[in-house]
Amino acid sequence: MIPRHLLIGVIVLLAISLTMGVYVWRMRGHVVETQPMATNSKPVTPPVSGPTEQVTLYVADDDPGILRAQSFRIPLPEGRQQRAFELLRALLGIYLDKGSPHQLSAGSEVRDVYLVDPGIAVIDLNSAFANGHRSGVLVEELTVASLVQTLAANVPGLVRVKILVDGEERDTLAGHADLMNFYDVAAVGQMASQLQAAQ
Amino acid sequence: MTTPHRRRLGARVSAVILALTVWVCGSFVSGSSTDEKRISIYSTVANYSLSITDRNGQGYVGLLEILDPLGTVRAKASRDRWKIRYNDVESDFATGKTRVRVHGNDFDLTAPFLLEGNRGLIPLSSLTLLLPRILGGPVTYHEASRRLFVGSVGVRFAAQINKTVPPSLVLNFSSPVNPTVATEPGKLRMTFKREPLVPLDTQNLSFDNKIITSAAYLEENGTAEITVNGSAPLFATFSNDGRTITIAPAPHLATQSPNQGVGSSTASPTESPNPNTSGTRRYFAVIDAAHGGDDRGATLDPQLAEKDVTLAFARRLQQELESRGMAAMLLRNNDTNLSQDQRASETNSIRPAIYICLHAAAEGTGVGLYSALLPSGDETRKTFTPWNRAQASYLAASQSAIKILRTEFDSNHVANHSFSASLKPLNNVTVPAIAVEVAPPQIGVSGFNSAEYQQLISASISMALSEARTNLEAAR
Ligand SMILES: [Zn+2]
Repeated sequence: MIPRHLLIGVIVLLAISLTMGVYVWRMRGHVVETQPMATNSKPVTPPVSGPTEQVTLYVADDDPGILRAQSFRIPLPEGRQQRAFELLRALLGIYLDKGSPHQLSAGSEVRDVYLVDPGIAVIDLNSAFANGHRSGVLVEELTVASLVQTLAANVPGLVRVKILVDGEERDTLAGHADLMNFYDVAAVGQMASQLQAAQ
Repeated sequence: MTTPHRRRLGARVSAVILALTVWVCGSFVSGSSTDEKRISIYSTVANYSLSITDRNGQGYVGLLEILDPLGTVRAKASRDRWKIRYNDVESDFATGKTRVRVHGNDFDLTAPFLLEGNRGLIPLSSLTLLLPRILGGPVTYHEASRRLFVGSVGVRFAAQINKTVPPSLVLNFSSPVNPTVATEPGKLRMTFKREPLVPLDTQNLSFDNKIITSAAYLEENGTAEITVNGSAPLFATFSNDGRTITIAPAPHLATQSPNQGVGSSTASPTESPNPNTSGTRRYFAVIDAAHGGDDRGATLDPQLAEKDVTLAFARRLQQELESRGMAAMLLRNNDTNLSQDQRASETNSIRPAIYICLHAAAEGTGVGLYSALLPSGDETRKTFTPWNRAQASYLAASQSAIKILRTEFDSNHVANHSFSASLKPLNNVTVPAIAVEVAPPQIGVSGFNSAEYQQLISASISMALSEARTNLEAAR
């Protein structure tokens, strides 16, 4: 007679190894399956390896209310759209940091960036980003200017930018910055230089 | 493989939590605007309002919440006992019992004391028994309307009708007041949420006048209300630093002489028939207290909404401008809903020399001065200006005005910055248009209520505008 506790132990171990086996098999299948579609996949965590690139991000600082052009080395994928997405993700990462000079609410994420028609970018942010955003002309304009200017500086040929929240149009970011209109990259560029001139 | 799902789920959950938090905070902030039962407490140190909890058919209120704004209070709960110390007075309560001990003396409440968690609840009907013992001074409680006066803090008022043509009703208050004003046909209602207003000897006044017929005073659910009845649309004007409210029939602006705007004041366009001002150049400035009604603007602190601060600054700015001979109109002079398009359309029909929109922020320093951020124009359509570029021809004048404002703020040592902002309705205004966002003074957001700070900002704006006046008027 095999003692009962030993039997249970063996069954549990068998179940674990079976699950592991299935998991590993499916992971292998996944890699094979997704590799050719790399241009459509959206990495959820930053690529830890791979070549990094020097980029300029426009980082807002609430006090004294300015935009700073700062250089960063971040890993960037191929593909224009994926690069745009990663750039904004890196930018939001800075704002989500505890010591950030322009705090965004926890959970703020870029859902997608679409580069439609040459010259138009659509940034889709999540509701945590917008609903948790602080309300005020200065803080909201800083966020918008930072997003638009960062894209404009790194995606050549960009003319207009539209901001969506959870895939939908929204009146304002948090009561002030207008999100119904398209942002004109040239106009935001001027605004950004006013914001930088304040330094 | 599960990571993206988990992350998305996590994001959804946090969105839901956030939405709930916002909703919960919102319901706290919106306070008495709902049907929730409330009690208002007025004292020399603070005026505040608390929600009522119903238990066993009785109204209860948290004792700690009452005492906290009034002095130093500490509470200790252990099983069914609750001990508090307010300044030097110790009180002892037991849950489910009416017997309490305050400063060594026993007496009975009208209904049992309740302890819920660490929250000690006392029946409303016992407030006048308990509070004088704890506070060491008299309290007056208006039970039907749930308004509690600690000490002698009442704001009194007197009403006087002037049977001129048009007539006016002048209400003089013993301290400044800032009621919410609402109108409906034949009625103007002023709601006093924070002011310890006390009634007249008679609660109904009738005037021997065909246009302003009567007024009534009413208290309910922690607020006081004065209703003025008339046969014409009425509007309210504040003067004497908020100590005087004058009620008069809404003016027909088109029939006024150009100088009539000075020194008198204005109705919100939503309250009165749309002023037909085409071709008239009456108001030098249109002042727009941003937000209002359901749009509370930024929550500056749990008790202070941006919409109230902008209105206070707008009223102050109107006084300042008018004292320098520049007629100014408020787009809203009460807590009303106005869409951005309404604000722009009203301004465009009035055609002032300048439109000034006022905002207030919870953080930052000094003031932000903003002009419109215009999308680039479609030059193929020469015959028609798109609504979102209506400001285009006036942008240079708006920016010149901002320059003068910055110099004035500099000389008054108020930190300031300026840039273009995608802030409605600046784009849609067809006169020089600027927005001013005021940050709190050094002491924090409570400083928004300081007359001195309001004065500093408003006087700086009106000094600068009086300097820019010639150019602005020549341009229109
Ligand atoms: Zn605002």
